[in-house]
Amino acid sequence: MKSVHRKMTDEVKLYGFPGSPFGCRVETALKLKGIKYEFIQEDLSNKSADLLKYNPVHKKIPVLVHNGNPIAESVVIIEYIDDIWKEVPILPQDAYEKAQARFWAKFIDDKCIPAIYNSYGNVEAVAEATEPLQFLENELNVKGKKFFGGDNIGLVDICACYMAFWVGAAEEALGIKIMTKEKFPKLKKWCDSYINCQVVKDSLPPRESLVAYYKWRFGKAE
Amino acid sequence: MGEVKLFRTWSSPYALRIVWALKLKGIVYETIYEDLANKSSLLLEYNPVHKKVPVLLHNRTPICESLVILEYIDETWNTTARFLPEDPLARATARFWAKFNDDRVVTSIFRAYVTQGAEQEEAIGPALENLDIVEKQLIGKNFFSGESFGFLDLVFGWIAKYLGILEETGGIKLLDEDRFPHILAWKDKFCDIPVIKESWPDREKLITKFQLMREHFISTAAGSS
Repeated sequence: MKSVHRKMTDEVKLYGFPGSPFGCRVETALKLKGIKYEFIQEDLSNKSADLLKYNPVHKKIPVLVHNGNPIAESVVIIEYIDDIWKEVPILPQDAYEKAQARFWAKFIDDKCIPAIYNSYGNVEAVAEATEPLQFLENELNVKGKKFFGGDNIGLVDICACYMAFWVGAAEEALGIKIMTKEKFPKLKKWCDSYINCQVVKDSLPPRESLVAYYKWRFGKAE
Repeated sequence: MGEVKLFRTWSSPYALRIVWALKLKGIVYETIYEDLANKSSLLLEYNPVHKKVPVLLHNRTPICESLVILEYIDETWNTTARFLPEDPLARATARFWAKFNDDRVVTSIFRAYVTQGAEQEEAIGPALENLDIVEKQLIGKNFFSGESFGFLDLVFGWIAKYLGILEETGGIKLLDEDRFPHILAWKDKFCDIPVIKESWPDREKLITKFQLMREHFISTAAGSS
């Protein structure tokens, strides 16, 4: 049964910023399901009246606006998309598997990304940054599949795009090593598989821009 | 529907969400109390990532993180009244506010409770601003979830008891009746629900515990500066 929120022509807008891994997550989800959307690029130093209207609490991107209804927070948005557009499911059907996916998505956001981000421009923090990644490495080991989602990408893969692409760009820009092949063989292999998916490729920003950004933001003055 | 166990501490407000959920759904379960200073090998096995409570064990399979557990319980025991709304937009909205509570409201209030002097004064502003946002959410509603209580009330439920405890032990006043009439009205209705009423941990024990916790945080912070 189609959701009451679907119309003959759905209007889907995504407020985002090209370098944002959180916006990238939502774009991947939309493209995976073949949903047509309009991308509205925000200038984060000069936020639009629309963004402030649609996300007054956090004033952040990404925000999805579906037929005039705004949804904020990347994982909340992805679950909403999955609820409304049933083709190519992103979350598992089984309640336990779904709980696991949500657990790992939260782990990535609460532990992995902050620890990694903390290590940019702070060499002593690199060891701490790798600790949470060990759990992701183990999870891939235990699952023994190509993706966290199994044979196809799912919520956890989409959330881990930061590790797949952003971390490598930061490592290059700052001359640091966080996710080495020696320590994280499964994770590195997963990164390659993940960024080779067409919908992911289509959602990623240009690598050179990201590297340049990290150099500018965290690099030592020359 | 299988064997259900809940790993909890007597005082954790996060574990209390799960106690409420299980009781509201009429689920028979066994409680295993943990001492976080001396964690059981079972807890470490079932929650190796965080080593925290609550952990729900359903047919020997662990589920961790209170919000994840709440949704799991709602989806698995789905013949009784649902906590989350059916409508995808309403569901997304509920998840957004749950995250706001856990990420912003709790952390900002905790910070005000656990500090003193100038640092505490500085922390009160953001805590009150977040409560203003919470207050707005209740306008025109009986409960956070709408006409009847649901998921969001379980999420915000800690406010009905623990906020008072943090205020008392932290020496701060946040829930002013002129500024937060809706939160105070909700608090009364929420506390009237039988399952909620019967499940609160002992208040005096909580006061002692949160007093000690505050002293510990303050001395640790002083030691490291």
